[in-house]
Amino acid sequence: MSEKKIISEFVEKASMVSAIVHGVTGMEDALEKTIQICREKLPCENLMPADSNSSGKKNLAAPNMDEFHYGKLQMLCEKHGITLIKEGVRNFPGGIDMGVTMMDYGIAETGTLVLNSDSEETRLATMLCETHVAIVDKAHIRKTALEMSDELNEMTVKPSSYTAFITGASRTADIERVLALGVHGPLELHIMLIEGD
Amino acid sequence: MIEKKESLKEYKDRLDTALENDFLRTAMDNFAVAYRTSRRNAFSEMDVDAVIRDVAAVKADAVKNNEHLLDQFSKKAVENGIQVHMAETAKDANRIIAQIAEQTHSKKIVKSKSMTAEEIHLNQWLENEGIEVTETDLGEWIVQLRKEGPSHMVMPAIHLSRYQVADLFTDVTKVAQDAEIEKLVKVARRQLRKKYIEADMGITGANYVIAQTGTLGIATNEGNARLVSTLPRVHVALVGIDKLLPTIKEALTINRILPRNATGQAITSYVTWITGPSECKTAPEQKREMHIVFLDNGRKKMAQDPVFAQVLQCVRCGACANVCPVYRMVGGHQLGHIYIGAIGLITTYFFHGRQNAKHLVQNCTNCGACKAVCAGGIDLPKLIKEIHAKIQDEEGHPLKSLLLGKVLKNRKLFHTLLKTASIAQKPVTAGTPYLRHLPMIFSKEHNFRILPAITQKPFRDRFKTLYTPVKKPSCKIALFSGCVQDFVYPEQLEAAMKLFKQANVSVEFPFDQSCCGLPALMMGEKDAAKDVGLQNIKAFKKQGVDYIVTLCASCASHLKNHVPDLVKNYAPEDAAEFSEKVMVFSQFIRRIIGIDHIKPTTFPRKTAFHSPCHLCRGLGIANDPKKVIAQSGHDYIKTDEEETCCGFGGSFSANFPSVSKEILNKKLMDVENSGADLLVTECPGCVMQLRGGALKKNQKIDVRHISEIIQS
Ligand code: SF4
Ligand code: SF4
Repeated sequence: MSEKKIISEFVEKASMVSAIVHGVTGMEDALEKTIQICREKLPCENLMPADSNSSGKKNLAAPNMDEFHYGKLQMLCEKHGITLIKEGVRNFPGGIDMGVTMMDYGIAETGTLVLNSDSEETRLATMLCETHVAIVDKAHIRKTALEMSDELNEMTVKPSSYTAFITGASRTADIERVLALGVHGPLELHIMLIEGD
Repeated sequence: MIEKKESLKEYKDRLDTALENDFLRTAMDNFAVAYRTSRRNAFSEMDVDAVIRDVAAVKADAVKNNEHLLDQFSKKAVENGIQVHMAETAKDANRIIAQIAEQTHSKKIVKSKSMTAEEIHLNQWLENEGIEVTETDLGEWIVQLRKEGPSHMVMPAIHLSRYQVADLFTDVTKVAQDAEIEKLVKVARRQLRKKYIEADMGITGANYVIAQTGTLGIATNEGNARLVSTLPRVHVALVGIDKLLPTIKEALTINRILPRNATGQAITSYVTWITGPSECKTAPEQKREMHIVFLDNGRKKMAQDPVFAQVLQCVRCGACANVCPVYRMVGGHQLGHIYIGAIGLITTYFFHGRQNAKHLVQNCTNCGACKAVCAGGIDLPKLIKEIHAKIQDEEGHPLKSLLLGKVLKNRKLFHTLLKTASIAQKPVTAGTPYLRHLPMIFSKEHNFRILPAITQKPFRDRFKTLYTPVKKPSCKIALFSGCVQDFVYPEQLEAAMKLFKQANVSVEFPFDQSCCGLPALMMGEKDAAKDVGLQNIKAFKKQGVDYIVTLCASCASHLKNHVPDLVKNYAPEDAAEFSEKVMVFSQFIRRIIGIDHIKPTTFPRKTAFHSPCHLCRGLGIANDPKKVIAQSGHDYIKTDEEETCCGFGGSFSANFPSVSKEILNKKLMDVENSGADLLVTECPGCVMQLRGGALKKNQKIDVRHISEIIQS
C-alpha cells in the first residue's frame, strides 16, 4: 500500500468514528487552526463548580509540545486571551476547554492515534478536555497495529509507561444502544495531519 | 443479584415475566437484528473464520502455557515495582483487595468495568467494609444504582429504557431528569467526575495481561479506565489468570477481533497499555501504588481439564449472547448468573456452583449459533451439554431423563413403546392425524403448536413393499430414518424413496438402527447416547454401502459430529468410517445423484426455506437445499431469519415451552411477512414445530420437508 493510500484510509476510518481530520500545511498552520477551534467552541462546562479556579477565560493544555512550538502557541494564546497550561492539569478537575498533544503514531486500519502518555499531564490533558486536538506526522501513520508491534513493544516495555490508543471521542451506547459522545473524556476529537521535516 | 436457591418453577416464572416485558422484548429483538448486520460489516474486509481461528489458537496456546506466563509476568511486574498477589478463591481476592484498601487508607474507590469483579462480588464485599465503591462505566453505574447485575457482558444495562434511567437519575440527583439520552449521559459525566477526583483507589480489570513486558491492556469506549487508573493514588487491577498472553502481538491479534465481534466496532475508543506504576503527582515520589491481583477461582484446574480447558479461551466479547435465540427472548438476567449467554451457561457451574447452574444449563436449544460466532473458537453447545450431564451425574438423574436413557438403550423396547403409543393415542387424536387434545403428560402450556400423532405403520414396516432391489445401481446407500420420520412422518421417507428409484439407487434399511441418540444427549444422558451410537455403528457396519443417507439434519449432524466423540474409547475406527459416510438428503441429491432427476413443478409456489440449525451450522450446508428447491420449480424467497432456530431443540421445547413458543412465533411471522405460503425445511423436528405452530395460529403456511416438494 502506498503512503498516500495509507493516509487516505486513516482519514476515512478516523472520520467514521466522528473524528474531524484537518489537512494543514505545517505545524504553524496546525497551531493557528487549533486556536481557531478553541475560540469558536462553547466555553467549557465546569463539572465541579465548587473546586473552580477558573478565571473566566478559556484554557488550553499542551503538555508534550517541543519548546519552539510551545512558544508559538503561547504567543497565539496571549493574543486571543486563552490560558495556556503546561503543568498541573490536575488542578482543573472540572474540565478544560482543550488539550493539544503531539501524537506518536497513527494506525490507518482503525483511524487510531497512539500517544505516549507516560506523563500524567499528557494523560489528563487528553481526558479532562472537552476538545482534544491531536497532531500527527503523516510519516508516522502505519497500516495496522500488528504491523507496528515492534514500535509498540518498545513503548510498552519501559517500566512506568502508559501508552494510549485513541480512536474518536469518548463514547457510550449504554442507554438503549444509542450512541452518545463525551461520556467521560473529550466530546470532540480533531486530528491535524502534518508533513514531517 | 439472585443469590438464593431457585426452584425450576421459580426460574420458569422468571422467564415468563421476562417474556411479558415488552420493552425488553423489543430491545433484545432490535439488538439481535442490528448485531447481525454490524458484525457482517465489521468483518467485511477480512476472512472472519481465519481471523477467529488465529485468536482461538493464540488463546489455546496461552492456556497451555499459563503457568509459565504467570511466572514470567509476575517477575517482570515485581521488577517494575508492582505488587503482585495471587488469589486462589473469590474470597481470597476480596480479602486481598480489602486489605490493600485498609493499608492505603482508601475510603473511596472508583471502578472501571470488570466481569471478574462481578464474578467475585467485589463491590458487596468492599461496601460491607464501609468503603464507598462507584462504578464509572455508564451501564455498570446504572445497574449498580439499581442493585442489579449486568444483563450483558459488554452492554450491562441493555435491558433498561431511557425512562427507567431518567427515573433512576432523578432519584440519585434529586433533580427531575429528562428521558433524553444525550442529557442523561451528561448527568453521568457530571456526577462521576466528582467521584474520580475524590477517589483514593481505582480498580480496573484488564483485557490482556502481557507476560513479556508486565503490561496490562484495557479496552473501553468511554475512557473511564484511563481516569480510574490516572486520578487516584492507588491502582488495583483484578484479573483472571486466563487473560495472560506472551507478548503484545497476541494482544493485538485479539484486539483486532474482540470489538468487531462484540458490537461490530473496528476498535474501542480507547485501548490503554499500562506497564505501571505510572506517574501520579499526588502520590509519594510521584509514583502510583500499583497492585495486581490474579484470580484463580478454579481456572488452574480448568486449564488441566481435557474437556473444559477451552472455556479459558473466552475473550468476553459477549457475541455468544448476541446471537442466542433464547437470549433474544428472555434477556441476560434470565440467561446467566453473572456471565451471560452460552459462556455463562457453562462458567456458572464452575464459578457460582451447581445450584445456580442447574436450571440455566437446560435453557439452550442446541442451535449452535453461539459456536458459529465465538471469538475464542469454543464448542459452546457441546460444553453446555457436558455441564448438563455432569450436574445430573452429581445430583442424580431425573426420572424422566433416566427413563428415556433406559428406553433408548433398548431398541426393541423403544419401538414397541412407540407402536403401543400409536394405539393409545387413538382416542385423543379423534381419528385425525393431529393430536387435538394433548395426552396427559403434556401440560396446557404445550398447546402453542398442534402436535402430530404417531403413525399406525412406521416406515420400517413399509420399507419392504416400497423397495425393489435395483440392478446395476448408480450407488449404494443405507437409509438412516431417525425416530421422528420412522414413527411420525413416514411419508417424508416415502417421497424420498421415489427419487431414489428414479435415480437407480440401491437402498438398504438396516432394521437394527435406532434413535440417533441426540435426544439422550440433550437430556444429559451421555451414557445412553454412547450406547445407541455404538448400536447404530454396528447396525450399519455390515451393509457395505457407499453412503448413509438421512433426511434429518439433526440426526446427520449428531452422527457426524457427536458420535465419534461419544464412542471414542470404544470403537474409534468404526465410528470414523461410519460418520464419514453420513450425508443429508439434499447434499446427497446435489453432490451424488445430481439434481436433474427432479422434475420442475407446474404449480410453482412462493417458497421460504427454514435452514435447520444442525444443517447450516452443524453440517455447514447452505447451498444444497436451495439448489434442490430451485430445481423443484418453486419460487424461493429469502427470509431474514432463514438460519434462526425454530425453537424446537428436542427436549428444550418440552422443558421451556413458553420460550420455545416465542421463538417459533418470531420465525413464523418472518415467513408470513415474506409472503411465502410454502415453508420448506430438512428436519422432521423442525417440521413438527413449524407446522404445529402454523396450524395452531391458522397461518396459511404449508410446512413441508424438502422431500415432499420434489417430483421425480
Ligand atoms: S446453542 Fe443456541 S440456544 Fe444454546 S446457548 Fe448457543 S446460541 Fe443459545
Ligand atoms: S464464549 Fe466466545 S462468544 Fe462468548 S464471550 Fe467468550 S469469546 Fe465471546
